Amino acid sequence: MTNWLKRPASETQITHGQRLWLYFVATVIMILLVAPTIIVMPMSFSASQYLEFPPREWSLRWYEHYLSSPAWIDATWTSLKAGFLTMCVATPLGVAAAYGLHVSRHPLGQFFYIVLITPIMVPVILIAIAAFYVFVQIRLVNSLFGLVIAHSILALPLVLIVVSAALKSYDMNQEMAARSLGASRFTAFIGITLPQIRFSVLTAALLSFLTSFDEVIVAMFVSGGDNSTLTRNMFNALRDQIDPTIASISTIMIVISSTLLILSQLFGKSRD
Amino acid sequence: MSKQDALPISISGLTKSYGSLFALDHVDLEVKSGEFLTLLGPSGSGKTTLLMALAGFTRPDHGSIRFGDEEIVTMPPHKRGVGMVFQNYALFPHMSVAANVAYPLKLRKVPKAEAAGLVERALETVQLGGYGERRIGQLSGGQKQRVALARAIVFSPRILLMDEPLSALDKNLREQMQIELRHLHEKLGMTTVYVTHDQREALTMSDRIAVINHGRLMQLDAPRRIYERPANRFIAEFIGESTFLKLERKGGRLNFAGVELEVDEVPEGRNLSLVVRPERLTILDGTDAGKTNIFPGTVKDLVYQGDTTLAYVTLADGTDIAVRAGMRSEAAIEKVKVGERVALGLKSADVVLIPDEER
Amino acid sequence: MAGTASGAGARANEALLNRQDWQERWALLGLASPAVLTVLIVMVIPVGWLFYLSFLSDDGNFSLEHYDRMLESKAYARIFWTTFKVSFLTTGICILLGYPLAYFLSQLPKRAAALCMLTVLLPFWTSLLVRTYAWLVLLQSKGLINEWGISLGLWEEQLALVHNLTGTLIGMVHIMLPFLVLPLYGSMKAISEDYLKASSNLGAGPVQTFWNIFFPLSLPGLFAGALIVFVLCLGFFVTPAVLGGGKVIMVSNQITNNIELFFNWGAASALGVVLLAITLGILFAATRLLNLNRILGAGH
Repeated sequence: MTNWLKRPASETQITHGQRLWLYFVATVIMILLVAPTIIVMPMSFSASQYLEFPPREWSLRWYEHYLSSPAWIDATWTSLKAGFLTMCVATPLGVAAAYGLHVSRHPLGQFFYIVLITPIMVPVILIAIAAFYVFVQIRLVNSLFGLVIAHSILALPLVLIVVSAALKSYDMNQEMAARSLGASRFTAFIGITLPQIRFSVLTAALLSFLTSFDEVIVAMFVSGGDNSTLTRNMFNALRDQIDPTIASISTIMIVISSTLLILSQLFGKSRD
Repeated sequence: MSKQDALPISISGLTKSYGSLFALDHVDLEVKSGEFLTLLGPSGSGKTTLLMALAGFTRPDHGSIRFGDEEIVTMPPHKRGVGMVFQNYALFPHMSVAANVAYPLKLRKVPKAEAAGLVERALETVQLGGYGERRIGQLSGGQKQRVALARAIVFSPRILLMDEPLSALDKNLREQMQIELRHLHEKLGMTTVYVTHDQREALTMSDRIAVINHGRLMQLDAPRRIYERPANRFIAEFIGESTFLKLERKGGRLNFAGVELEVDEVPEGRNLSLVVRPERLTILDGTDAGKTNIFPGTVKDLVYQGDTTLAYVTLADGTDIAVRAGMRSEAAIEKVKVGERVALGLKSADVVLIPDEER
Repeated sequence: MAGTASGAGARANEALLNRQDWQERWALLGLASPAVLTVLIVMVIPVGWLFYLSFLSDDGNFSLEHYDRMLESKAYARIFWTTFKVSFLTTGICILLGYPLAYFLSQLPKRAAALCMLTVLLPFWTSLLVRTYAWLVLLQSKGLINEWGISLGLWEEQLALVHNLTGTLIGMVHIMLPFLVLPLYGSMKAISEDYLKASSNLGAGPVQTFWNIFFPLSLPGLFAGALIVFVLCLGFFVTPAVLGGGKVIMVSNQITNNIELFFNWGAASALGVVLLAITLGILFAATRLLNLNRILGAGH
C-alpha cells in the first residue's frame, strides 16, 4: 500500500499519494451519483407504509399492489408499447437520414441535419404543448399513435447523432468496393455497411426506446385515458403523496435501464 | 480468361472540375486491350479522379469513356463489371476471406458449388490457397493485398483498376508484389489501369505510363521512353533526378556557356534546355573519345551512398550538377577531390532537349 | 498523345451528366426526408402555430398583451429570475463536482475507467422521474438523510431539504452531472500525453503542468458540457415540479400552469416563445465561440 502511494500516477510523475484527495473526492461524487437510485431498491421491499432503509420488515406488499392494480399494469403496457413503437419508427428514419446526409453532397444536407437536431435544442415543454395543441385539433390526443410520433421526434436526434458518428468512422471505401463488385448502393448498404455499424444502430434503438419509456412531459399532455403512460401516472402520483408502490415500479424501471445499459456496454466491448 | 477477352478503354474529352479547379482537363487517352497502363502523377494531379471516373464513382462534367464499343460514362458503378483494388484494400472485416472473394459471385448469382471452385482458384492464383476460412483481421498487409486482388479478379472482369494498391506495404514486400502483379497481369491478360505516385513502381510494372499533372495528360509512352526522352520539364523532374542547363541557340547550333553542343538533331522552335541525368554523366580521365560533350567544372562536394558515389560539380555558368558514378566508374571518381577541376562527359546519344519554360 | 475528340462534340453529354448528378444528390437527400417531414409536421409547424397564438389576444385579435404582461408583471419577473438562478447554480455546482470526477476518470487505466464510467452512465440511462423520486424519498422530513443526520448528531431538528430550492438543486445537479462529465471526459481523453511530457521536460512541476497545459486544453469540453447543462436546465420541468413542491416555479412549470389551470394558450405560447428564443440565443452565441457539431456530438 505504501509502495503504491509512492508510485507515479501519471506521466508527470505525480504520485498516487499526492493524488489521494482526488481519489477521495471522485469516490464521494460517484457514490452520490449511484446511491440514491440503489437505495430505493431495498426500500421497495419494505412492509411499512413509510419507506424505510434498511427495511425493518421485508415484504413484497408493494409489488403485489402494483401487479394487482389494473391502472398501473395498463400504464406499463402503454409505456412498453410506446417505447417499442418509437424505437421502430425513430431507428429506421434516423438511420436513413444519417446515411442520406452522410453520402449526399447536396447543399441542403447541412440544413436538414440542423432541422433534425432541433428537437433536442427546443425545450421539451414547448414541443409538448405544441403537439398537444395540434393533436387536439386532429383528435390525436390520448392516442398511442400521437404519443409515438411525438416521442419519435425526440428520439430522432439521438439516432442521428449516434449513427452519423458511426458512419464518420466507417470506411466508405468498403461500400465503393462492394459497388465496384456489382452491388447496387442499396445492396451494398444492407450487406456491407449496416452489419458494420450495427452496434451503433442497436445503441440508437435502445436509446429511442428509453427516450420514450422514460419521457414525462410530452406524455403528460399527449397521453391519457386508456393510453396513459407509466411515467405520467407516476408523476401525477408523486405530486400527491409518496406512494410506496412507486418505489417498486422504480425498482423495475432501474432494472430495465441497467439491463439496457449493460447490453449497450457489451455491444461496445465486442466492437473493440 | 484469355487475352482476347480484354477490352480496350477509350477516353476522350473527359473533364471534371471542382469550382474553377480542373481535376480532369479534357483528357484523351486510349488504353489498349490487355495493356498494363499506369497513371503516374503527384498527389492532386487528377490521376485518382480519372481512375474513379473509370470505376464510376466520380461523375465527370462531360466527355466520353468507352469500354470496347460501349459508352459507359453514365453507367452506374455496379453495372460496369470492372475489378477494382482499393488503396486500403477495403476488405469486408465482417466476412471471411472466402466470403469476401465470393461476394461478387454471389451478386452475380453464380451457383454455390461453382462459386466455391472459382474462389479457391482465385485464392490459389494469388498464392493464398487454403486461406478461405481466415478472418480478415488475421491477415498481414501483404495477404490482405492478395485477397483484395483475388476479389477483384474472381469474376473475370475484362478491366482491372488499381488505386495505389501497394502504398501501404513496406519497401521489400512492395517490390516483391510489383513483380508478382506484373506476372499476374501477363497470366490473366486483362486490361489494367494502375494508379501510383511512385515513379519507380510505374517504371517497373507498366507497358505504358501516362504521366498526369494538373488534370492533363503530359506524356503517354513506354517506361523507357518516359525516362529517357521526357517530353517536358515536369516529367524530367518528376521521374528520376535531373539538372537543367539553359541553352543558347546560335544559327543552327546549340551552345552551353559558350561551348557548342554535339547533338544528333536540333529540334525547331523555342528556346531549349538540356536535361542531364546524374548517371549519364561520366568524369573524364582523358581516355574517352567519340561524339562526347565536355563540361568543365569544379568539384563542390562528394557524397558516398553505398552502391554509388554522388559528386556535385559547379559548372562554368555557376550551375551545380550531380554526377552519379556507379561501380564501373568508381575508379575515376575515387581520384577526384573536392575543389579539383574536372571534365564531365555526356554522350550525344544521351542528350535530351526539352522546351524551355519559366517556372 | 492519343485521342482526337474535342470541341463541341465532347461536351454533348454535359447536360445529361449534370442531370444525373443532381438526381443522385436529390435521391440521397431524399433518404432524410421522412425524418425531416416528421419533425416539420410534429414539431416545427405546431411550434410555429403557438408562435402565432402568442400574438393573439383572448378575443382573437392581434395584440402584444401576453408579452406586455411578461414585461410588467412582477410574478413573471420572479419566474425568470428563478429559472436563471436555478440554471446558474446547477451549472456551477455541476462544474465544481464534474471537473474533478472527469479528471479522475480520464487519469484511470482503461479497464478501471470503463468500470467507474458506469457510475456516470447508470444515472444517465435511468429514468429522470425515478431519480427525482429517489431524492424525494431520501430528502423528505422523515427521510433517510434527516434520520442519519440527526442520529449522527450533525443537526438537531428535521431540516427542510425538499419542497424548496435546496431539494430542487440537489435533484437537478444529480440529473445534469452526467451531461457535463461525458463531453468533458471526452475532451480530456483527447489531450495528448505528449504535451504533458513536453511540459514536464521543460521543467514544469505536476501542478504547473496541470494549470498551464491540461486545464486550458480541457476548457472547450468544459464549456460544451456547461452549455448543455445550462440549456437543459432552462427548460426543466419535472424535478422543480416534484422537489420544488410548488415553491420553485420555473418557466416550464408556469407554462404548464397556464394551460392546466387557466387554459390560457396565448400566455403559455408567449412564455414558450420567450423560452425558446432565450435557449436558441444562448446556443447561437455559444456556437459562435465553439464548433456546433462538437457540442451536439459531444454527449455520446
